[in-house]
Amino acid sequence: MKSKAFRPDVDAPEWKGGHSPYDILKEGVIAVVLVSILTVLLSVAFGSPDDPSITVKAWSTSDPMDFAATALSELNSTSDSAQYGAPYNKASTGQQLGPLSLAKWIGARIPVNTVNDFVVDPLKSLPGQPALSTDLSQWSSASTSTRASWVNSYTHAANKMKIVSGQLVVNATNAGPVPLMMSDLLQMARTGALDQALVTQNGFYTMDYTLPLLFLADGTYMANIAQKQHLTGDQWGMMNETGNYPGQAWLWLYTFWYQVSPMNSSGNGDILVWAIMMVLSAGLLFMPFIPGLRSIPRKTRVYRLIWREHYRDSQ
Amino acid sequence: MSTTEIDRQWTTRLRRRVAGKLPPEKLLPDTQPTYVASWIYVFGVTTMAALGVVIVSGCLLALRGPQWWHTSSVGHFVNSLHLWSVEIFFFAMVIHLWGKYFMAAWRGGRALTWMTGVFTFLVSIATAFTGYVSQSNFDSQWISTQAKDGINSTGAGAFWNVLNTGQMLMWHIVLLPLAAVVLTMFHVLLVRIKGVVPPFEKDAEVAQ
Repeated sequence: MKSKAFRPDVDAPEWKGGHSPYDILKEGVIAVVLVSILTVLLSVAFGSPDDPSITVKAWSTSDPMDFAATALSELNSTSDSAQYGAPYNKASTGQQLGPLSLAKWIGARIPVNTVNDFVVDPLKSLPGQPALSTDLSQWSSASTSTRASWVNSYTHAANKMKIVSGQLVVNATNAGPVPLMMSDLLQMARTGALDQALVTQNGFYTMDYTLPLLFLADGTYMANIAQKQHLTGDQWGMMNETGNYPGQAWLWLYTFWYQVSPMNSSGNGDILVWAIMMVLSAGLLFMPFIPGLRSIPRKTRVYRLIWREHYRDSQ
Repeated sequence: MSTTEIDRQWTTRLRRRVAGKLPPEKLLPDTQPTYVASWIYVFGVTTMAALGVVIVSGCLLALRGPQWWHTSSVGHFVNSLHLWSVEIFFFAMVIHLWGKYFMAAWRGGRALTWMTGVFTFLVSIATAFTGYVSQSNFDSQWISTQAKDGINSTGAGAFWNVLNTGQMLMWHIVLLPLAAVVLTMFHVLLVRIKGVVPPFEKDAEVAQ
């Protein structure tokens, strides 16, 4: 019977050499003690970052124009969230990998209606506002085309939007209830009530921050803070965290792909990066079975450095 | 009960199989091959030690709930322990991974050992990520709103919503650590069963 040929990248020679004493438990205990000491030393020396979360209240107070512009983009459905596609809505196809529209095929399973979720429903939760209640009734009973007409009129006039004494001023005509709705939404946001209304739409207890996070992300306030903290995508922000801390350094390769063309400019950049990383991860996982790649360790001879004592002693 | 009947029991079969594959001297060895003599070998046990510190510090954080560390200096220090043990964990794990790559540590029927190691690395990345988006501070706000686009583009965002802090926290403190620990245990058992990969034979680089 013919013996199977020895494949150096697949088979390993049987070890016929010597053995040396090895106390595996002692090694483990020493490792735990040393790692614990190092962890404590690093924690004492550097601590950890904890920049407080931002709120819609803080946003609308410090940058009311950005808040108002964002709220209007939610109402006229031009915001990123309104135009996102799956999993939030069907407004666009979303990102595609060649002919594959993965997100679209799975569908809008986390439905978000920016008009109702970010503007109308929070306003309905405000008590003791007769004028607003009347305007909201007018909004609710109006046809879709009438609402669109009001919002369009307001959007055109909003080019000259300004804040006067803390009040939103837009000289819009034929805008129906929209001016009061937008003005009251700003006031609601500045009291902090909008923060609460966005998270409690589905009941008292919640840990789901999808709505307020989408709203915050649609504005520029959060992005401006992130820019100053070197957190944006073009600043390798995927692997950074606030302050001078190492962050998720292990995401360097994932972050790298966002810095190069076409991923840094393509509308399908995210799915392209994910596809690349899936292929690379599969390559790493199945390395033992990939001819060529599995030969690199043998051919680069780095192993001679690792086992230099073995090779020296066996000469 | 006859001996044959006992021999055919599932329990008997499992015990014999385990004892055959992993006798006590393999599970808790007191010697090792002489080629295991490089600084690179310490990074495997360092990774496991750091994983232990990560889990202990995470359990301490869990004692007082997810908001504790924002309001307590003690809690913040425990969070620092958690952060730095994670950094050490990944540092050691990446060096361990590269070391094993250049040893071609999958040789000699050790492909599953390699694969469980790589899979543990990938699961650990997901575990750390869910920790970052569960912090309930600006970092978690920004990271989650940025990461959603990548995950949503694959379609997975419909089921794994990074903006749902409760879902991410549960994955971070229950599901993913459980997977990482089980995979690590399996990986270590495979190392004990198969042993540490021997060096290439001399002049292996010119073979084939």
